Amino acid sequence: MGLLSDPNRRRALISLLTRLNTPICIVCYMAGVAWFMGLAFEPFTLRTYMSENAMGSTMVEERFPAGERALATGREFSAHKKRTGGMPVEWLMKTMQAKGLEVFTQRFSRTLPFPDENKERYMVRGTNVYGILRAPRAPRTEALVLSAPCSPGDNNNQAVGLLLGLAEYFRNQIYWAKDIIFLVNEHDLIGMQAWLEGYHHTNTTGMDWSPLQGRGGSIQAALSLELSSDIITSLDLVLEGLNGQLPNLDLANLFYAFCQKIGVLCTIQGKLQRNDWDSVSGYSHAVQTMMLMVMKQASGRPWGDHGLFLRYHIEAATIKGVNSFRQYKTDATTIGRLLEGMYRKLNNLLERLHQSYFFYLMPSLSHFVSIGYYMPAFGLLAVILLLRALDLWVQLSTPPQRTEDGVTDIEPVRGTHFKTVADLLSLLTPLVISHLTGVALYMLPIRFQEMAVEHFPVSETEAVVLTAIAVYTAGLALPHNTHRLLSGEGTEQGWRVLKLVAVLYLAVLLGCTALINFSLGFILALTLVPVAAFVTPHVPKVLSAFILVILSPACTLLFSVFFFQELQEMPISFQDGWLLFLSVISQGILDHSLYGSLVYPLITLLVYPCWLLFWNILFWN
Amino acid sequence: MAAPLTLLLLVAVTVRAALFRSSLSELISERVEVVSPLTAWKRVIEGLALLDLGVSPYSGDVFHETPLTIYLFHFLVDYAEVTFMVSVAGSSVVVTYLILFQFRKQKFALEADRYPLDCLELIRSPKEMYYIPLKVAMFYLLNPFTILSCVAKSTCGLNNAIIALFILSTIKGNVLLSAIFLSLATYQSIYPLTLCAPALLYLMQRQYIPVNFRRASFWWFIVQYAFMYLGSLFVIICLSFFLLGSWDYLPSVYGFILSVPDLTPNIGLFWYFFAEMFEHFRLFFLCVFQINVFFYTIPLSIKLKEHPVFLIFMQLAVISIFKSYPTVGDISLYMAFLPVWSHLHRFLRNIFLVSCVLLACSALFPVLWHLWIYAGSANSNFYYAITLLFNVAQILLVSDYFYAFLRREHHLTYGLYLKRKDGSEATLVLK
Repeated sequence: MGLLSDPNRRRALISLLTRLNTPICIVCYMAGVAWFMGLAFEPFTLRTYMSENAMGSTMVEERFPAGERALATGREFSAHKKRTGGMPVEWLMKTMQAKGLEVFTQRFSRTLPFPDENKERYMVRGTNVYGILRAPRAPRTEALVLSAPCSPGDNNNQAVGLLLGLAEYFRNQIYWAKDIIFLVNEHDLIGMQAWLEGYHHTNTTGMDWSPLQGRGGSIQAALSLELSSDIITSLDLVLEGLNGQLPNLDLANLFYAFCQKIGVLCTIQGKLQRNDWDSVSGYSHAVQTMMLMVMKQASGRPWGDHGLFLRYHIEAATIKGVNSFRQYKTDATTIGRLLEGMYRKLNNLLERLHQSYFFYLMPSLSHFVSIGYYMPAFGLLAVILLLRALDLWVQLSTPPQRTEDGVTDIEPVRGTHFKTVADLLSLLTPLVISHLTGVALYMLPIRFQEMAVEHFPVSETEAVVLTAIAVYTAGLALPHNTHRLLSGEGTEQGWRVLKLVAVLYLAVLLGCTALINFSLGFILALTLVPVAAFVTPHVPKVLSAFILVILSPACTLLFSVFFFQELQEMPISFQDGWLLFLSVISQGILDHSLYGSLVYPLITLLVYPCWLLFWNILFWN
Repeated sequence: MAAPLTLLLLVAVTVRAALFRSSLSELISERVEVVSPLTAWKRVIEGLALLDLGVSPYSGDVFHETPLTIYLFHFLVDYAEVTFMVSVAGSSVVVTYLILFQFRKQKFALEADRYPLDCLELIRSPKEMYYIPLKVAMFYLLNPFTILSCVAKSTCGLNNAIIALFILSTIKGNVLLSAIFLSLATYQSIYPLTLCAPALLYLMQRQYIPVNFRRASFWWFIVQYAFMYLGSLFVIICLSFFLLGSWDYLPSVYGFILSVPDLTPNIGLFWYFFAEMFEHFRLFFLCVFQINVFFYTIPLSIKLKEHPVFLIFMQLAVISIFKSYPTVGDISLYMAFLPVWSHLHRFLRNIFLVSCVLLACSALFPVLWHLWIYAGSANSNFYYAITLLFNVAQILLVSDYFYAFLRREHHLTYGLYLKRKDGSEATLVLK
């Protein structure tokens, strides 16, 4: 506690921190970025290992024989799907009943706030079909879920076939201690949302669904299967769920262990694992894999049907079959055996998966970076904000020079009081106006779509996105500096106080975001921290305004779109990138209103107003 | 003074009324930071329902309010929101007047020229003091902690009002009312018992009774006060007994406060320790933790013998940090006093650090709660870490104020610009 009590050492430390503030900030920023890039370097990461004792050794024997028959069922399903022009509910119910499951259906309907142009849907109406295999060995208090989406077109028929094949095979085994629920959901995530809400008796998004007639125990784990061809070359594991939530790492470990055992090629983010970590290309491969995970997590949207399970405390992942014309082929029987093995292991669970990590990044399927390793990267960025705040505090608390000696007259006292009121007002007005702009950005796009469609030649979706962009830009032009009316001119004191508030606000905001969704917090910190650190009313206006706009949340999103495409090795032209950017905004708004994703309200209600405060400081005088 | 205060009250009431009507109020009333098992409105409703059915409200393990509170709400249940607003507004007005009164007295200190000359800038000018009561009211009425606590209808607001009335009557010098309100506050939550030390010191100072153990007048005054205090406590307890017809409430209220059976997480220090502890150490550590709350009374009253009002502030802070079921409502009461000590600001050392930590912790509470309870990805250690940090920050805040107060006293006696023997400028070092 010497530092807190000894005035001399405190003074020395504080003067060091204020004198070297800028260099320290720059070093911290570099160190933060370097640390983050270092995370993908293999010697700095940990090997994945199975933490859960109940799933420890791979002592199960997989015997699933009926891959070909499953594919035939898949073809039959496809034929019926084509005939009914949607989900073949009757046929599915009959087939599931024939396999000996308890079969139930759930109807749901949902009108989207505006048409989804990516998936071409507006009024969604559908049916989920699920069959429950009751556990013969134990009281039916726990359950596992295997789901396959019934997608439009020719996709995922094989997944449904394999699901039915596995159901038939599982039915004949006697070792199940947990109910197994086989779910075929229509309209991918919307159907999944309806089913999960029905299962847990909640209604968070105002969707219409019929209550579930049959129910198993509390769900312990879930896998969602996506297969679109008879023969696949590799399996891809998708982990990122709603709001960047990830399942327990043991689920990924389990998948990896079985892929190794059975000899299936497995990928994460579509990237195979490489062994040459010490070469440049090997390292950049790992960086690419990790960055893809960061980008996907930061988007806050569910990247597979499993994404919504995580909200209910259920560990879930999506397994995607990929056919990429490699030499190495895997047939449906092998995938069936892999799933059988995983379910038998999950069946052995005594508690929910909790032993392993929940916060991690994966540069490859066999290596991971845990929260203790990646948080310092964020911490180094956040500490810049605190250093700037300290600097401002010191500047504010030491008046430039003291002229009057001790004796305080009544006049100056009244003056200072008036000044504090004016200061308070000049602090409050920008805060209030920025937040009102944020609220407008949050509310107006959906409210105004009808009016916009009437008056302008645009579709509803375009109307929503363009209104959002218009409000965003209008926020920049708003006269925030009403203090000029009050006190003539912005004072030095005034902007310092405002900046102190804004910097602390940003620090707390980013800290909270990084705890819930590290990737989002880190990306925002990467762009917003430099803005927060350098902006003052005295820097060259035009250049700084340009930099500020470049580093604003919307431009960050635009760059992220291009960067994401680049990472996926699908570079696009600026024109396409812009269109993609627009569709990403509409998807973000839809994700918020359909599934309750928090990214859109976070950006509009908190991050954008905070950025506006810095904008405000730039134009203080 | 009255006009700004009225405006402030209007603003405060509007904010609360708006929040009462919004969907947020339900969310807020579920937060563990805002309501404790003692003060939750939900439990009061449960107790009222049991009372209406003719069952003792203390059967079962839900209701832990005192009998007088439940009978109060028996009549006021339909006007609960109004009651809470009135209690909050009332206590702020009371505190304001109290500070006004206190300062009228302090002006005498200005005229007293017993201080060295260069200390004049340490003494507040009347102009500065003029706005302090208003600032106090603002700190209490517009403090987000108070607003949350009021919107959640936590009965903590009532307890705060009683304590404010106690402080007012003490400072007005009314011995009987002071004893009565102190006994009411004790009856509500035991811990305000420690406030009897500052009350006694203050009243004796007012009546020019020296604090001297050998004087009979000293002992005589203590006996008088104790008699009034115990008498009114006895009356209140018997009244509760006659209202309910049983002594059920004693173990259910005071046993509940002292033995801490409910380990629902809150912003205090008890829950995690006692959840982790082996059962056979429980009694020992319970005693240690509870004595901890009361123990600081002795050293603090010896050190702050001359300054009972500051002692009240310290005691309130100690209680709200170390009590068994603290909520943000308790914190807001002692935070309301912070503007009173604005003359200490030049001596505060860690105020920036502490306010940053308090701010960050308040934002992190709901986030970590979400990660622990809803997302399931964090665990109780994360939440407790923040609780611990929050309390460390509070302790630093209070000890910083204590240090600043003592340092100001030191300067008032020895002069502001200390010189070493060789004539160079000296600095004070706390070791």
